[in-house]
Amino acid sequence: MPEILTPNNLILPALILIPFITGFLCWVFEKVSIRAPRWIALVGMLITLGLAIQLWLSGHYGETTSIIVQPGTLPVWQAEFMLPWIPMLGISFHLALDGLSLMMVLLTALIGVLAVGCSWNEIQKNVGFFHLNLLWSIGGVIGVFLAIDMFLFFFFWEMMLVPIYFLIALWGHSGSTGRSRVYAATKFFIYTQASGLIMLVGILTLVLVNFTQTQVLSFDYMHLLGTSLPYAFEYGLMLCFFIAFAVKLPVVPFHGWLPDAHAQAPTAGSVDLAGILIKTAAYGLLRFVLPLFPHASADFANIAIILGLIGVFYGAWLAFQQTDMKRLLAYTSVSHMGFILLAIYAGNLVSLQGVMIMMLAHGLSSAALFIMAGQVYERLHTRDLTLMGGMWGQFRYLPFFLMFFSAALMGIPGTGNFIAEFLILIGSFKQFPIFTIIATVSLVFAGLYTLIMIHKAMFGQPHRSQEKLTKPLKDLDNREISMLLVMAVGLIWLGLFPQDFLNTSHLSMQWLSNAYQFPLFVTPDISPVNGVEIQ
Amino acid sequence: MSLLYLTIIFPLIGFILLAGLRDQISEKMAAIIGVGSMGLSALTAAYVGFDYLGDPSQSGYFHQILWTWFSIGDFAPSFGLQLDGLSLIMLGMVTGVGFLIHVFASWYMRGEEGFARFFSYFNLFIVSMLLLVLGDNLLVLFLGWEGVGLCSYLLIGFYYKNPSNGFAAIKAFTVTRVGDVLLLIGLFILFREFNTLDIYEITQRAPEVLTSGSTTVTWACLMLLGGAVGKSAQLPLQTWLADAMAGPTPVSALIHAATMVTAGVYLIARMHPVFELAPNVLYFVGVIGAVTLLMAGFAAMVQTDIKRVLAYSTMSQLGYMFLALGAEAYQAAVFHMLTHAFFKALLFLSAGAVIIACHHEQNILKMGGLWKKIPFVYLCFLVGGGALAALPFITVGFYSKDEILWQAWAAGHPELFWAGVVGAFLTSIYTFRLIWLVFHGEVKTQAHKIEGVSYWLPLGILLVLSTFVGALLQQPVGHILSGVLPEFVVSPTMATDKHFAEFTAVGVALVGILVGVVLFAFKYDAVKKLANTSFGAGIAHIWRNAWGFDALYHLVLVKPYLMIARLLGRDPVDGAWSVLPAVVKAGNSFSTKRQTGSLRGYAAAITLGAVILLMILIVIQVLGK
Repeated sequence: MPEILTPNNLILPALILIPFITGFLCWVFEKVSIRAPRWIALVGMLITLGLAIQLWLSGHYGETTSIIVQPGTLPVWQAEFMLPWIPMLGISFHLALDGLSLMMVLLTALIGVLAVGCSWNEIQKNVGFFHLNLLWSIGGVIGVFLAIDMFLFFFFWEMMLVPIYFLIALWGHSGSTGRSRVYAATKFFIYTQASGLIMLVGILTLVLVNFTQTQVLSFDYMHLLGTSLPYAFEYGLMLCFFIAFAVKLPVVPFHGWLPDAHAQAPTAGSVDLAGILIKTAAYGLLRFVLPLFPHASADFANIAIILGLIGVFYGAWLAFQQTDMKRLLAYTSVSHMGFILLAIYAGNLVSLQGVMIMMLAHGLSSAALFIMAGQVYERLHTRDLTLMGGMWGQFRYLPFFLMFFSAALMGIPGTGNFIAEFLILIGSFKQFPIFTIIATVSLVFAGLYTLIMIHKAMFGQPHRSQEKLTKPLKDLDNREISMLLVMAVGLIWLGLFPQDFLNTSHLSMQWLSNAYQFPLFVTPDISPVNGVEIQ
Repeated sequence: MSLLYLTIIFPLIGFILLAGLRDQISEKMAAIIGVGSMGLSALTAAYVGFDYLGDPSQSGYFHQILWTWFSIGDFAPSFGLQLDGLSLIMLGMVTGVGFLIHVFASWYMRGEEGFARFFSYFNLFIVSMLLLVLGDNLLVLFLGWEGVGLCSYLLIGFYYKNPSNGFAAIKAFTVTRVGDVLLLIGLFILFREFNTLDIYEITQRAPEVLTSGSTTVTWACLMLLGGAVGKSAQLPLQTWLADAMAGPTPVSALIHAATMVTAGVYLIARMHPVFELAPNVLYFVGVIGAVTLLMAGFAAMVQTDIKRVLAYSTMSQLGYMFLALGAEAYQAAVFHMLTHAFFKALLFLSAGAVIIACHHEQNILKMGGLWKKIPFVYLCFLVGGGALAALPFITVGFYSKDEILWQAWAAGHPELFWAGVVGAFLTSIYTFRLIWLVFHGEVKTQAHKIEGVSYWLPLGILLVLSTFVGALLQQPVGHILSGVLPEFVVSPTMATDKHFAEFTAVGVALVGILVGVVLFAFKYDAVKKLANTSFGAGIAHIWRNAWGFDALYHLVLVKPYLMIARLLGRDPVDGAWSVLPAVVKAGNSFSTKRQTGSLRGYAAAITLGAVILLMILIVIQVLGK
């Protein structure tokens, strides 16, 4: 069994356990009061967030800027935690945290707090069970970001889906297409479950190949790194992992579950899905696909990027055509994730750092917009854009925030989304000039779908169907404004002072970029060696 | 000079206050915050400017790094400001003219819903515009570039109740964003070559890094030009400007005449060392300017909306600036940009006063005889129109425009010169038409008197600046610019042509006015008759629609876009996956239907199956041997 260098850091398991335990408490204390679960969940998520911030502050990431990571080294973790689990099969409860996973955990904890906050009034039935599901899904996601034992990773990967299934199936809305929420939940579950199985095949094969070479049976990431794979094996295994992550990201044509799930989930569910769940896929591509299968990934880059670009435009066009606000936002996610594919497969430091900022900025901005869609729904009782109108005059602060987050969505400089898109594009330009130019053109499309949403919601006169609503319409209350302010400040922080975040992931991204461009192993035998194109 | 950042901070504070308080404060308070923050910014700018001019030790370049925006490897763009001659002129223009328009807007917008919202956007616009002109690297410039685009969108759509204003705003944003995308690609190319986006470094190192006339530099310049063309409403991205007039009139004055639309001129002037390495592209800049100014000039002659006439004239004047850039007459271009800011702001604000006086009537055919009611506005229009038509000696337009024409000739581009001359002829005609129809002739509308210090003071100041008084700035501006933009050098063989060029330009402008007088003051019936013939009506129709670019783009771009959106609307890829469950269900129903309970059927199926299996075995046996 591999040893770890640093002593066990108990904060890591705490990050996972606190959501699980408080989630369970929420369920228990529902009997006491309907408000108890909300407060318990909020406290639980705040503690999680506090622990994550504590880890961030103690990581001394401000001093990393000048450090250069040499190729061929193993990753360095800020903190690790290891317990033996099933020693016979080489499976251990191994958690580890570096700058990349730290940022993801921070985002997850923050989104978790906001998800609890935005369901404060929305959820009125089975409040306890709702928060149990919400917190367990967040705990599962944190587990995904921390686990570096492949079996444990798979365990969390599958585990986070079940609570989301219940969130959609029990508290969801029926869709604008006339489909029930159970349909959406089932579709989501089948898509992700089937793809997860493909990844399991990949994991098992990888472990067995490694076993034949080293005679050690281990699921540990550190042990599997640098497993020397024949080319065909490498390509096949890479595809197994890629498909699993592509479904979750999602990559067109595997995106079918996303608009239904997003549009029909309750607000907290959509926030969860858009804010963090689809980031697990990008994280998986970074953490596992690039370092474990560098040669195959390099050869696959063109295909992956083309798929990404198709997604960028396909999502943008579909978003433009939607009338359901949440479906529109869902398709914008499809569109933005194409940028992530481009950047990951360009794989240099600048573009990977762009992915980092993209995940944070997109997490915040799309979560904010989904929260706002929920707020609009609470007031106008519709998500149909054709039944809205004239919102500029209806509320004092709601249009301002909606405009702000829409501006962030289309990447106006000053918000983190711009930094993300800019880094991704300028980083990829040297290797893939044509693809980058095509991706840049999509910014025009991004402007169109955002502005058409703003136009339908905020211009003109209120729709006739609103006459029966009680006037005056309630503007945002303090809880809602403070939640939106947190996200707005976060986006501007990312846009104007991204260095705090870039420093954190600096070493991780350098290592990933090295592992991709200077593979940790040489392809054995006489298989068709396609040398990695290093620019 | 170290206070430079305050010019941006003040309007930013104004924006935050106004955006936070919204309509919770009185109109007066909102005006104090909005105009006051702008005034403080202008005062700081003046202080910084004098400080800069009085301090020769800086060698003409002041650099203020606020913080490092981000740093990845060796790519570390700063969030910094720079002040040199060009930035100083722009700073003065934006804060000075901006302040006057803010003051006027506090008069124009009073009583409107969303007064505070209006000023919050106005302040945010100033912040973005100042970042654009002061940014020390292309990324900060781009921040401002997109920021002004967003503010332009918000202000064009300010009157939100009419959805068509919203569409005009979307159009403006989208068309300029096409330019923004090109600019961004230009930045990528420059970054690949220089490994930095710092403007000073790029302009200094351009000759050694880039080969003159190479493909790289040509593409880089073309992309930058694309950005400039979008923002400055030049061919082929000019279609948004006329529709942008949907916004309140001070917006048209500030954003769509005086400042934002000149960003393209600023960009090319700023990057001229790079453009000079691509002489073809630089000449192309001039050609675009020439074609645009002619096209817009014809369009302006037949418009009936007072603001659309001015919009096309703006487009046309921007064409002159591009023409000057193409002829490498950078200083003349920048000086014309400055004088244009004065007299076009004057014209737009006066037009705003006319619109208010006529109870929000904008159709010039329904106006007439207004000079008695609002003589001061009439005077403003006369001076502003005179400057637009470059009346010799007494107006500022004469000094700046004739400089451009002469230098275009002297640079050896007679075709650009003649295009400019024809443009000047058109300008005179449509300017006279505008003034005559609005202020003379029979009274068609009830106008009321207008008053207020915040109305006449900005107009008065701009009025003075639009006369020859403004031309006194020519020398100092040339002096300030000399460190950044090369002075235009006239070759000795050309020097003798100076009088020819000037006389031609002046003569043509005067003849144009004369033609205008004849056409509209005396023979207006003949004009009407001509317009009623099928030929005349056809020409007028084409001109009124500015040569039909909108229709073309609608056919070539908008319609296909919408069609694809409709085709994809129900997500066919997702639909294709429903084949899988359909197959499963079909299999299920097929096999369940066979389960009938009839013994005869089962026996037949077993027999049939056995026969098929046997046959397969036989076939395999036969083929195996």
